[in-house]
Amino acid sequence: MSTTTQQNDVNFYNCKKGFMSWAYTLDHKRIGIMYLVASCVALFAGGAFALMIRAQLATPGGMLPMTPEYKDTYNMWFTLHGVIMVFLFIIPAIPAAIGNFILPLMVGAKDVAFPRMNLASFYLYVIGASIALYGIVGGETPLTTGWTFYLPYSKETAGAVITMTFAAFVLGFSSIFTGINFIVTIHKLRAPGMSWYKMPLLLWALYATSILQVLATPVLGITLMLLIAERTLQVGIFDPALGGDPVLFQHFFWFYSHPAVYIMILPGMGIISEVISCFSRKVIFGYKAIANSSIAIAVISFLVWGHHMFLSGQSVYAGLVFSFLTFLVAIPSAIKVFNWVATLHRASITFEAPMCYALSFLFLFTIGGLTGLPLATLSTDIVLHDTYYVVAHFHYVMFGGTVIAFFAGLHFYWPKMVGKMYNETVAKIACLIVFIGFNVTFFSQFFLGYTGMPRRYFTYDSSNELWSQMHGFSSIGAFILGFGVLILFSNLLASLFSDRKAPNNPWGATTMDWETQSPPILENFSEDVPVMKKAPYEYD
Amino acid sequence: MSSKVDTSKFIPRFVSHHFSNADQEFDSCKLGMWLFLLTEFMLFGGIFVAYVVFRTWYPETFESGAEKLDWKMGAVNTVILITSSVTMAVAIRDVQLNKKGRALALMLITVLCGMGFLVVKYFEYHHKFELGIFPGGFFSFMGDHMSNEHLYFSIYFMATATHVLHVILGLIAILWVSWRTAKGEFYEAYYTPVEMVGLYWHLVDLIWIFLFPLLYLTK
Ligand code: HEM
Ligand SMILES: [Cu+2]
Repeated sequence: MSTTTQQNDVNFYNCKKGFMSWAYTLDHKRIGIMYLVASCVALFAGGAFALMIRAQLATPGGMLPMTPEYKDTYNMWFTLHGVIMVFLFIIPAIPAAIGNFILPLMVGAKDVAFPRMNLASFYLYVIGASIALYGIVGGETPLTTGWTFYLPYSKETAGAVITMTFAAFVLGFSSIFTGINFIVTIHKLRAPGMSWYKMPLLLWALYATSILQVLATPVLGITLMLLIAERTLQVGIFDPALGGDPVLFQHFFWFYSHPAVYIMILPGMGIISEVISCFSRKVIFGYKAIANSSIAIAVISFLVWGHHMFLSGQSVYAGLVFSFLTFLVAIPSAIKVFNWVATLHRASITFEAPMCYALSFLFLFTIGGLTGLPLATLSTDIVLHDTYYVVAHFHYVMFGGTVIAFFAGLHFYWPKMVGKMYNETVAKIACLIVFIGFNVTFFSQFFLGYTGMPRRYFTYDSSNELWSQMHGFSSIGAFILGFGVLILFSNLLASLFSDRKAPNNPWGATTMDWETQSPPILENFSEDVPVMKKAPYEYD
Repeated sequence: MSSKVDTSKFIPRFVSHHFSNADQEFDSCKLGMWLFLLTEFMLFGGIFVAYVVFRTWYPETFESGAEKLDWKMGAVNTVILITSSVTMAVAIRDVQLNKKGRALALMLITVLCGMGFLVVKYFEYHHKFELGIFPGGFFSFMGDHMSNEHLYFSIYFMATATHVLHVILGLIAILWVSWRTAKGEFYEAYYTPVEMVGLYWHLVDLIWIFLFPLLYLTK
């Protein structure tokens, strides 16, 4: 016993002290923690804008005076909500925060392959975030283009387009650096004994994510550069007034942004695979199917971007092909869901907080995925495009899927990351409140969209009773949801001040990351070259 | 490679602590570099796609635009860059064979070639600007031209300027490895940075080999 406490005294937090030891750290765990703090700050900033949006739409009259200049204020809110949530929170949150911390532990390595590039990635994130912040409070006219920056509006508006697109450009590099690092780490630094098909599924998911980050992000980079050139040099490539093509911008944008939605969801799916098998005490059902479907998603997701443009005037034949391919990309996601459910079947399930989040993921992600199919169908998308139905769909996948999986991962890995146990009961209560709040907020939006409520409007027809009711519902739900998230984070933070020390393997999980001490020592494992002894998910 | 030292046992001075040996580090860096080159390809890919779209839309405009470029200057630059790729490749070989002096000389020739490229490019740009050939909305060329010819030059300037930026970064990188070579940091058992910079320089060269015919030899 005394040896364990002694061992526990030194960890990667206290082995070096002071601000500089963090600012210059090359340790993947410290970088992961810094990413985690930063992306959670972004989550709260984006969340604040979300609540303002919902407060405005709670009634047809809204909180803002009904004059044109306030319409722009509203446009700014949803734009910043989207930009912050997408570029500053959801893309870095799971890969760069949780992934950075866990991936080297899972492969049994001392660090990622390129620790300096990892730190550079974090600094690029900070620089990108600072530029974005400057774009928001630096005195420029606020950005009102929506996170999609469509032309020609984004060329004509007075808003801070250049600043914000440049911020997204820098953030893109930070994402590319993480992707390169992860691919190389998985290829070259796996522990002896860990063949490809013995890798935990989170690694497969992060691998597929990294492929997308590496191949898709540069296209966003050049697109944003061309947009900046459009505003500064009038290059005209996207500007119809100069003979250019605004639809080309949409093609470029979605060539990145559709794969990007899988950059968002794939790591979440990886976490769910770990959590579900751990709390089912069972080998995951269909290991190879889940692993390969991650790669299938990564490949097919490059071929479906046109489903965001069915109504843009692209050719009907292109539309048909994109529609077909979109149905195809739904298959690997469905394969995963079926395998998770099969894992649960006849398992001895326990309901710890991470499992509660994982189960709510299963429910919400399935709704999100299924509601994507009517959007992928040409005829129904004509009605649903650019309505609240789309808003509801992507929130079910992005919040109900990714963010809930992020919460699952946060609770699952929290003991490893900080060495403390949180209060289990409070965590479950928070999970329930989040689940209820989420559904109240977003299920009502399916009705809104189905009956024709367009997205991105700052008011609506007050004579439409259904709309008033549903918008009211949705706004109440948003505040319940916000409250739940607040409890969730307070509970986690409170654990830092408690004396409930976390054991090395609180959940009895089988992957290598749990063989390290909680929190781990500087170079992770006490052995110099740890060897993988057990296949993942061998629960007995 | 015919190295006499068994690199898997030998841990040279600059291998980072989390790699077990120089081979593992070398393999990792090489894979990382290839991935980075892939991102560069995707980045230029965007410009190439724009090129294809507008060339299909406005075929005559593109021919008329290309005629205003001086293909001889482009050809000279192509020869310069190919030469520099060869000198860089041989320089890497020399580092591996511990021929430090010759490696250094070849790297400096590579740098001179790169600078030569930039000088030629400077004269080309200068000439265009004097004629009022600017990208897009600033296009003010008075002579014969087709409608929408400004789009051709938008693509010309975006593509070549992005490429020039890569040339400059490549030159800085080559100077950096030359300096370290001069200090004697690279030898048969450790030359990873030289090889990586070399790969990057080949990419810069390769992109130009695509740009040259597409932009200058449109007919
Ligand atoms: C079963 C798989 C899915 C299918 C079939 C699907 C289908 C679609 C379609 C066709 C659209 C375009 C709707 C329109 O604008 O009219 C769309 C929008 C969207 N989807 Fe999905 N989707 C799926 C999964 C996901 C996932 C996993 C995410 C994110 C994690 C996601 C995020 C989004 C977002 C953000 C938008 C809207 C973007 C915008 O216009 O601002 N989707 N989806
Ligand atoms: Cu999509």
